[in-house]
Amino acid sequence: MAGQEHSEETAARRRWMSVLAGAPAAEVEAAWEGLPARPERQFLRAPETGMVMVRGRAGGTGRRFNLGEMTVTRCAVRLDDGTVGYGYVAGRSPRHAELAATFDALMLRRDEAAAAAVDALARARKARRSATAAKTASTKVDFFTVVRGEN
Amino acid sequence: MYVAVKGGEKAILNSHRLIEDERRGDRGIPELSIAQIDEQLGLAVDRVMTEGSLYDRRLAALAIKQAQGDLIEAIFLLRAYRTTLPRFGASVPIDTGRMQVRRRISATYKDIPGGQVLGPTYDYTHRLLDFGLMDDEAERCQAVSAPAEVDAAMPRVTDLLGRDGLIEEETAEPDETPIADLTRDPLTFPAERPLRLQNLARGDEGFLLGLGYSTQRGYGRNHPFVGEIRLGEVAVEFVPEELGFPIELGEITVTECQMVNQFKGSKTKPAQFTRGYGLTFGHCERKAMSMALVDRALRCRELDEDATAPAQDEEFVMMHSDNVEASGFVQHLKLPHYVDFQAELVMVRSMRAAAGAKEAAE
Repeated sequence: MAGQEHSEETAARRRWMSVLAGAPAAEVEAAWEGLPARPERQFLRAPETGMVMVRGRAGGTGRRFNLGEMTVTRCAVRLDDGTVGYGYVAGRSPRHAELAATFDALMLRRDEAAAAAVDALARARKARRSATAAKTASTKVDFFTVVRGEN
Repeated sequence: MYVAVKGGEKAILNSHRLIEDERRGDRGIPELSIAQIDEQLGLAVDRVMTEGSLYDRRLAALAIKQAQGDLIEAIFLLRAYRTTLPRFGASVPIDTGRMQVRRRISATYKDIPGGQVLGPTYDYTHRLLDFGLMDDEAERCQAVSAPAEVDAAMPRVTDLLGRDGLIEEETAEPDETPIADLTRDPLTFPAERPLRLQNLARGDEGFLLGLGYSTQRGYGRNHPFVGEIRLGEVAVEFVPEELGFPIELGEITVTECQMVNQFKGSKTKPAQFTRGYGLTFGHCERKAMSMALVDRALRCRELDEDATAPAQDEEFVMMHSDNVEASGFVQHLKLPHYVDFQAELVMVRSMRAAAGAKEAAE
């Protein structure tokens, strides 16, 4: 069984993989361009586009069912020191998957510049969500029920 | 039955060129871009993704452009494309309770934790043509941003009812239970609810709307309330074999409708509301509601109700809900049926001749 340390590491990795997959491809590209040094890497698995069947649950909590598929692109890279990174990103951008995999490997190597770049991507995501949530909040309503007829 | 024919290659090729030419239309008018369709005809994109059963905005937009806005043709194109891609696996079921909500309304409770949030909706518009949109250079108004954001996660209204046991519980089955998939195996009946929901999720909006409406008009009445409709973004998680733990692939937009329906009880069980469920890709509210109505109607067997109406007949509903199949079979009537028709012609002629001879004899 994985120890506490291991699961914490996994949680951190899940977090950065989520940020990398959820960021627009152009932002990940800009983050890559912004790195002081871009490492050499080899494809362990060249970018490949396929699908994942998205599942839902009846009533939100009940029996699982197949809602429909989504396009996903995956990639695996190996850095010079043997570190292997994986990228699984929604959509069909091979470059996005490749860079997500490369950043994943850099993060596993505890690369500080990569960590700063991922943090910036996470902040951008948070800002996007806040902007959306603020627009949504402007449409919050209080309905008054109007009494019909007598009493 | 239709027959194979040869020839006509040149006419077919020229017909392709003609439709390409017509699709482009007046060359004096700028061509539509895929990004424009995605951004400005977003609800059409949502419908094509839902019924095409493939979440990919740009591909759906491309299909709409290629089909000149014929959405059923676009759905067909998307379905055909998906057969060219490998499937990596299935996602962890999405958790709509953790949705970043952009719209959330309830017709059963006025005050709900998190509040009623209208979001982007045509519900309260006057349905008057806006001639301001004729001017494509005009400034468009910007959304208002409230100082405080909406709650990060809002409880489902049906979960609130569930706490008091007032609505039937939706319980998950063990994770190892296999899930029927109509893209892998042909439909068989009776169908379990997961298979029905998959069929309804990709089913034709118009067909399901009509069926849902029929239940309201008395053909399988079940007295529905909109417990909740929510629209927003949910993360999709997937467990890659090489990693062994779930990772997020990104977010998708979904619409969920929880229909709360007339109660059901017995001597041993106190009365409870029953459920109908709708879930779609993107913002497809009419579809999600229709799906929820039909889902509830199709549950008649498990709820011991008489199945008397079309919306309660699962074979009728599921065999006719798919617009790609329906369109294919209806439109195949355009293919050459010369041999069949010749046979019928001979038959009609002989019947007429026989009738004529009888008349002459009398």
